[in-house]
Amino acid sequence: MIIGQIKDGIVLDHITAGRGMEIYNILKLGKLDCTVAMIKNAESSKMGKKDIIKIGQVMDIDFDVLGYIDPGITVNIIRDGKLVKREKLSLPERVTDIIRCKNPRCITSVEQELRHEFRLVNAEKKLYRCIYCESPAPRAEQ
Amino acid sequence: MNNLIDIMQLSTEEIAELIDRAEDIIANPKKYSEACHGKKLATLFFEPSTRTRLSFEAAMYELGGNVLGFSEAKSSSAAKGESVSDTVRTVGCYADIIAMRHPKEGAPLVASRSAGVPVINAGDGGHNHPTQTLTDLLTIRREKGRLDNMTVGICGDLKFGRTVHSLMCAMSRYPGVKFVLISPEELVVPRYLITDVLEPAGVEYEEVRSLEDVMPQLDILYMTRVQRERFFNEADYLRLKDTYILTPEKLETAKKDLTILHPLPRVNEISVAVDDDPRACYFKQVLNGKYIRMALILKLLEVEV
Repeated sequence: MIIGQIKDGIVLDHITAGRGMEIYNILKLGKLDCTVAMIKNAESSKMGKKDIIKIGQVMDIDFDVLGYIDPGITVNIIRDGKLVKREKLSLPERVTDIIRCKNPRCITSVEQELRHEFRLVNAEKKLYRCIYCESPAPRAEQ
Repeated sequence: MNNLIDIMQLSTEEIAELIDRAEDIIANPKKYSEACHGKKLATLFFEPSTRTRLSFEAAMYELGGNVLGFSEAKSSSAAKGESVSDTVRTVGCYADIIAMRHPKEGAPLVASRSAGVPVINAGDGGHNHPTQTLTDLLTIRREKGRLDNMTVGICGDLKFGRTVHSLMCAMSRYPGVKFVLISPEELVVPRYLITDVLEPAGVEYEEVRSLEDVMPQLDILYMTRVQRERFFNEADYLRLKDTYILTPEKLETAKKDLTILHPLPRVNEISVAVDDDPRACYFKQVLNGKYIRMALILKLLEVEV
């Protein structure tokens, strides 16, 4: 299958196979007017299989959200048909309002205005804890 | 802004400074009697407390300061639905420092972001209670002359006991400390304390069910209450509350220089017959709590004496 190269836009590469649609939805790519290609189960020498998303325009992307969901993603920025920036994601130190604390004893359970903030406490285990009550965050499914 | 939300905010050096200051206050109370003249402490207690609130208030009075506040949520605007942030932002206009207890975990952290004055966590649900830990550390150092190289038995409700969690975190930083964790199966220490605190620090520990079996090896015995307010289910509380009761008979095999601590209040987990034993230090702990809070207030208000 051949998907044409993009002139200006973003390529999200090395997405864990099967997570492409989740990222498509989280980034609300369905609302864009430009060309968006979602490639599932592409061959990868490193990963075996991977998903790829090509977006036909340059847009602001919340790297913290992407890094939390799938830290192995590579973000390629294309301008005039040339790769101008390649960014390898990593687990963000903090994530805000991406996940919600489920602890009924946490202050966030009663104060609706509070933002749900989690901080990375163990990168190896991909473990985040609520900054208020220290409850572990539910990890996104792998 | 200076706040104390979690005991782990303080380095061991800062803890040593606070303990040294508390020792100086005990030795020279007159030197400190006007140290906070003109300053006001607000005690915001959204949950009932006797010891902690009165200890903070006594501490501020002994420093020559004044106190205002409330002792239950229904006598505050929280009963009308006011947020923690708005409450403390208001109180920060009246007081120089806030001590806050709240049933919800993380409420003092929320408060510290809005108050505009230092906030001390005086207990947030089953989460943290750093001034109790400072009290415990002052008492241990006064009784033992050190905070390292000892076997610390912690007995009772290790699941919901916030004093236990804070004490374990704080003491895991001193070399040669071993924990013996004594609890029923249902009330064992949360796993994250083992995996995130004890194991990375290389702290030796064992989890046991019998207090009698481990009594001879203990230098410190920290008893805790099974807290009714932490249970959603009354039947579970009633089933577990009498699991461990410390009696003079159980102490027969204990070391002569054992130090028995309890954050209080007790229900029945330490028999009153133990109170006259010279190893019982839980009422000394209460007194020490006032002195360490005086030291903490001075530090957070940056008062030079």
